[in-house]
Amino acid sequence: MFRKRLPPEEERRVKANDREYNEKFEYASNYIMTSKYNIITFLPVNLFEQFQEVANTYFLFLLILQLIPQISSLSCYTTIVPLALVLSITAVKDAMDDYFRHKSDNHVNNRQSQVLIRGLLQSEKWMNVRVGDIIKLENNQFVAADLLLLSSSEPHGLCYIETAELDGETNMKVRQSVSVTSELGDNLSSFDGEVVCEPPNNKLDRFCGTLYWREKKYPLTNQNMLLRGCVLRNTEACYGLVIFAGPDTKLMQNSGCTKFKRTSIDRLMNTLVLWIFGFLVCMGTILAVGNAVWEREVGSLFQSYLPWEPPVNNFLFNAFLSFWSYIIILNTVVPISLYVSVEVIRLGHSYFINWDQQMFCSQCNTAAEARTTTLNEELGQVEYIFSDKTGTLTQNIMSFNKCSISGQTYGEITDPLGPQPKSLDFTPFNPLADLDFCFYDDALLESVKVGDKHTHEFFRLLSLCHTVMSEEKSEGELVYKAQSPDEGALVTAARNFGFVFRSRTPGTISTTEMGRPVTYTLLAILDFNNIRKRMSVIVRNPEGRIRLYCKGADTVLLERLHPCNQELMNITSDHLNEYAADGLRTLALAYRDLSEDQWESWSESHRSADKATDFREDLLSAVYEQIEQDMMLLGATAIEDKLQEGVPETIAVLSLANIKIWVLTGDKQETAVNIGYSCKMLTDTTEVFIISGHTVQSVRQELRTAREKMIQLSQTTDGGKEPGMEGWGEPYLSGNGLNEGQEGRGEKQMEGSLPPSSSCVMDNISGEFALVINGHSLAHALEGDMETEFVLTACACKAVICCRVTPLQKAQVVELIKKHKKAVTLAVGDGANDVSMIKSAHIGVGISGQEGIQAVLASDFSFSQFRFLQRLLLVHGRWSYLRMCRFLCYFFYKNFAFTMVHFWFGFFCGFSAQTVYDQHFITLFNIVYTSLPVLAMGIFDQDVPDRRSLEYPKLYEPGQLNLLFNKKEFFICITQGIYTSVVLFFVPYAVLSDATQSNGVPLADYQTFAITTATALVIVVSVQIALDTGFWTVINHVCVWGSLCSYFSIMFVLQSQGLFRSFPSQLNFVGCARSTLLQPIVWFTIALATAICVVPVLAFRFLKLDLKPQLSDTVRYTQLVRQKKRKPAGRNVGGPWRGAGSVSESRLGARGGSRRSGYAFAHQEGFGELITSGKNMRLSSLALTSFASRHSSSWIDTLRRKKHTHGHTPASASGECSPAPSCVSGSVPPLSNSCSVLGGSQDMPLEEEAGTAPAQNTLSAPAPSKETTSASEQEPDSAEAHTE
Amino acid sequence: MVKEEQETANRPDNTAFTQQRLPAWQPMLSAGIVIPGFVLIGLAFIGIGVALFVTTRSIQVLELDYSGVEQSSPCFKCSDTSTKNCVCNMNFNLDKLFEGPVFFYYGLSNYFQNFRRYGVSKDLDQLSGNLDNFENPTDDCVPFQYDANKKPIVPCGAVANSIFNDTFKLYQIIGGTKKPVPLDGKGIAWWTDYNIKNRNPSVTPLKNAFNGTVQPSNWPKPAYELDPTDPANNGFINQDFLVWMRRAALPNFRKLYRRIAEEDYAQGLPAGNYSLEIAYNYPVLSFDGRKKVVLSNVSWMGGKNEFLGIAYLVIGSLCVVMSVVMLIVYAKFKFPDEE
Repeated sequence: MFRKRLPPEEERRVKANDREYNEKFEYASNYIMTSKYNIITFLPVNLFEQFQEVANTYFLFLLILQLIPQISSLSCYTTIVPLALVLSITAVKDAMDDYFRHKSDNHVNNRQSQVLIRGLLQSEKWMNVRVGDIIKLENNQFVAADLLLLSSSEPHGLCYIETAELDGETNMKVRQSVSVTSELGDNLSSFDGEVVCEPPNNKLDRFCGTLYWREKKYPLTNQNMLLRGCVLRNTEACYGLVIFAGPDTKLMQNSGCTKFKRTSIDRLMNTLVLWIFGFLVCMGTILAVGNAVWEREVGSLFQSYLPWEPPVNNFLFNAFLSFWSYIIILNTVVPISLYVSVEVIRLGHSYFINWDQQMFCSQCNTAAEARTTTLNEELGQVEYIFSDKTGTLTQNIMSFNKCSISGQTYGEITDPLGPQPKSLDFTPFNPLADLDFCFYDDALLESVKVGDKHTHEFFRLLSLCHTVMSEEKSEGELVYKAQSPDEGALVTAARNFGFVFRSRTPGTISTTEMGRPVTYTLLAILDFNNIRKRMSVIVRNPEGRIRLYCKGADTVLLERLHPCNQELMNITSDHLNEYAADGLRTLALAYRDLSEDQWESWSESHRSADKATDFREDLLSAVYEQIEQDMMLLGATAIEDKLQEGVPETIAVLSLANIKIWVLTGDKQETAVNIGYSCKMLTDTTEVFIISGHTVQSVRQELRTAREKMIQLSQTTDGGKEPGMEGWGEPYLSGNGLNEGQEGRGEKQMEGSLPPSSSCVMDNISGEFALVINGHSLAHALEGDMETEFVLTACACKAVICCRVTPLQKAQVVELIKKHKKAVTLAVGDGANDVSMIKSAHIGVGISGQEGIQAVLASDFSFSQFRFLQRLLLVHGRWSYLRMCRFLCYFFYKNFAFTMVHFWFGFFCGFSAQTVYDQHFITLFNIVYTSLPVLAMGIFDQDVPDRRSLEYPKLYEPGQLNLLFNKKEFFICITQGIYTSVVLFFVPYAVLSDATQSNGVPLADYQTFAITTATALVIVVSVQIALDTGFWTVINHVCVWGSLCSYFSIMFVLQSQGLFRSFPSQLNFVGCARSTLLQPIVWFTIALATAICVVPVLAFRFLKLDLKPQLSDTVRYTQLVRQKKRKPAGRNVGGPWRGAGSVSESRLGARGGSRRSGYAFAHQEGFGELITSGKNMRLSSLALTSFASRHSSSWIDTLRRKKHTHGHTPASASGECSPAPSCVSGSVPPLSNSCSVLGGSQDMPLEEEAGTAPAQNTLSAPAPSKETTSASEQEPDSAEAHTE
Repeated sequence: MVKEEQETANRPDNTAFTQQRLPAWQPMLSAGIVIPGFVLIGLAFIGIGVALFVTTRSIQVLELDYSGVEQSSPCFKCSDTSTKNCVCNMNFNLDKLFEGPVFFYYGLSNYFQNFRRYGVSKDLDQLSGNLDNFENPTDDCVPFQYDANKKPIVPCGAVANSIFNDTFKLYQIIGGTKKPVPLDGKGIAWWTDYNIKNRNPSVTPLKNAFNGTVQPSNWPKPAYELDPTDPANNGFINQDFLVWMRRAALPNFRKLYRRIAEEDYAQGLPAGNYSLEIAYNYPVLSFDGRKKVVLSNVSWMGGKNEFLGIAYLVIGSLCVVMSVVMLIVYAKFKFPDEE
């Protein structure tokens, strides 16, 4: 019994109420620590971490070098000041971060829970809870640790939990305690059972253990466990035994490790710094060799004037010292201010994200937040987005949207562009109506009012056939508690249309039908399960008639209809198709009248099946099958799983930007696919491959088959499409040679149509493919050699949906893509189950929604609406990337230009490490003279305005392809920098060596030379930044001109007589500036150097712009031309997608669609059995009230929201927080189409400006003609009307 | 519509700055700017280039190398370091008026005044008259900090120690007689060097300040006796000393020695024969250095400088050529919707 515990825990033994016993095992306590430092360790640990940065160590090393007098070619303050600055800024930032982590840890650790200690309930902090303690949980409390449920206030030891924090599912789950313990009730103080179970692991759905108590063994399963992170719902109180605590809990085990995220630019920068360091060593070596030669040939002879110092008595040692001296003066190629500036720029970008009003959601009063300030430019390079579904894409709210009743469809909004329809007012008609229910078609209400038989029956079915529980707090104030939100929506709909479900007992259902109370006898519930995909109830109405009501997936239900329904079935089928095409979840409804005899006989067989011990399930479903036949079709319902606002549009825009979107959800396959359709990731032209094999072999086989099919399909489509595409693209290509990228793409596609040879074929497959993979298959797909197979297949698809995945799998998928694709990944989610994914992706985005804040806390960026993602990526990300790249290019250029002058000078000063410039200049150059203009550019620059980058998602591509700053660009920059340094040294050299002042004094003295070169340098780099800056705000002007002024004024101040008197040994340049800069010849030299440096750059840029313009250049150009042409129009507030959704919907509808039934969406068997057994009938009012109020309050929110912003109809765009990508006109072409319009022709928009096809090209063409644009920009509504 | 009412505390400020909508000038390298710009720059450069070139052509320069490397050189005898107080004469002839004011320079080649260790080897505090540094010169001056007797050297350091000590006298030969050309040594150093940077200690007589110090080993006279003719030209503000201490940027340099602008020579040196008498003291041949004397006049832009004019002309014409090229390219590949 007392086995020695080995370091890796093999099994866990926990004895209830026995801390002493449990302490032997040294299990982790419930204390959670995510912070890194405490007050004492902060300084050493933080400094240690900081000096792990290559750059910091490098500067420390330099500092040490500078302290050696023989080597020091620069005084050490040139390094100390910036290094200290950098270290302290970083330290402060780290300290702040850690402080917040401490705070959140403390918050969690100090949550109170009630622990049973020595028979008394005592309030304890979470962190003091130990394994083996018995905790009392109350309703709506978070579970503090992984608990074994011992007893509950509810009958049969049941309790309900919500696991949203864990797996993202918001439906309730039932847990039941072992019966022996549940009998104890709250007398647990003497309970001393011992649990032996598996060691801590991250499997959320599995638990395996045994309870030993009073000489008996009881098996324990996951059904007995309450996991940390769950919330107790609907249960007054329960008791649990702590099994796993703190870091051992499944929640924490699943959260993955925290990794420090770096951007790819960061990594590139570090590589480049290493290269530069290598370069530095080379330069140092060259110069040291030069020094050796010089010392031997010249220096040794020059000793009469400059003897070698006593310790340095040979030329080799001299050369060795000279090497280090040069390392010091050349180190400014990577000034430390690079790192500081990068941080500052990122911080600025983060603030812009925080400040962006268009990412502010006024409903939830949340602004976007950049929680990590170091990843901004990576936002401009994202290629893969991994998205959670529930709460991220959807609001997780169902609304009864449409229905079809005996061939008549209701709920269609006829004119999507017309005025917003008014939501129906049910109150005069029905005092019990739920005020937050919205329905817009009053034909249905009329139909109810006139007493249409079918309509009544339809709603009666909805009010009877469900497993919803109701609570009536006071007369007429009903709250429903549904196992799935779908059911809740249906029952609420029935309630509003006059068929109010009031209450139920195990044997009855009480309703109020059209104001008249009716009580039905509930004879049977034929519960839902995944295979049946339907549920039925059999009720006896007060008149004694027995009727079976059935609702279910159309596929199964339509087969079981009475033949006489054929005609109705066809009509309803059409309706179902329409609904499905709109992305709605559908259910078909039917009933069947049963005679007393039929009921009796069936009831008999039901009872016997129920009693069967073996194959009970099978027998039952066979029995159910018997009775659910020959039913009469009533109609169909369509429920909208309400997407978040703007989701389809966002996805469309993002995929136009070449971003691939993967949905990773814990939900069922059907749900996930359905959402895929409704958010337009999948369309009806998409070829969907479903991988659901249970073995490695079958998964492999399925993946291969899918791939073969893809190749096959893409060949056929390419064959058909390609000539047309080429013909269409060609004129523009040859016409103006505008875009090379497009040519490249064309070639790629051509390659794709060549005979398939290798994996590169898969990369180039162009087709509408989608992959749907199940969790269990995914597990196989992520194994060893299957990885590549999976990646190959999945990456050829436009959309990938992974369903039933665990949090850890989510992370694994992300890691997989990171590993195989070397692409930047972004994970977006809202629940605790997304945390691991958010952490492992390059960028984690948390949606601050309803599911707690774990995701947000783990994320790098957070906001409240999925649709803000497009603005985050396409606007902020793109700008950040652009700015960062421009900044880096310029920065490296500037420093090479600055530093390499020393190298050239080395050849003329005996390689003595003499600096060209004054020391003060060297210290201040990077910090003062040139820092602000480049920072201003790095923070404020814009190539095209935000609206344009949303209009032309293709503008995002350079970031993904990493075009703006890579090794090639780096070499171009440093080449330009070296060229500049050559000019800056040799022009003054050539001019000044013989020049004199106009009073005859030679100009070739060192100080004049230094001032001339430095001034030329400052002017050249200022001109260069002026050329690089594309967006001159006031701040840029101030910075550029201010820096120039500061250079001159600081120089004059430092060389003034007054200061010299105080520090004669420091300021030996006194009077030099005045004497130098009064000479016209000096200015001629500076002008000449500037011209030689800038003219080629200018010519090159102009030619590049003319010959090879980037899309951004073109857009920018058009924009400018347009600005000139007309007065600046008012900012367009309305969204471009006004009506876009509805138009594309109708288009999809016309295409017809595959049906996706809603009833497949419940996650597990319903509460049917619980209801009929009466087990859960003693729901305490407290529990229910609080539960229901929570849920219905979120319904209220949604419905209110719906009222204002109904779906994607116009109102959705009128919101201020709509991202407004501002292309005008209501009749935007369907998004899937605009892909070709936009993607295919980057140069198109410009040519289509003639305004010949206004409806078609308004999305892409910026300015059709003056009137149309200005009118439509200012008055989107009228424009819509106009173009219609 | 409803949103306005829900204006809330968390809403970010709607300012042009926070929303990144600051009004901005967005320049673009459009043809309308670049091509005329190039033409203008080109023309301006050509204009300046012509002006510079013409100006520089009018400047006269005369260089005389007197290092005495070749045996034919009159100073060859002096190039042997063992001869002390050697004097040699260089004769030259001007065939036309050398317009004044004429500046008299000495030039050194392959002389590394810009060597780092050489450059730092001086005590700026000492030179600014700080008496503390007379007793304790800075370590930078090593090995010219103290002499063998541990006495401080003033002025210390390699720069001061290596002061150029050749002296020149110029004679015009008129009918076989030597007529001395007056050489003006006033104001040849920088104003700031003379008035601000270097100062003598405020001790009178100056000699007392130097008590307890020794002169640099290469110096024949102490600092306070550099110019016996003018008491104000001694110590650290001696003009020749100041000129030498302002170190050159490049290994080949010249420094102003005297001005010729007085008496008969105010208009310049008339045509004729001249003789330059050189007191040859400064050894340069040991490190393959060269010494020369340069006579030059200046224009508004200083001394002769052909490079600048030519460079301006070249760059200017390249700009014009580029503008033509760009015009052609632009005409061929202009933006599609250019009007």
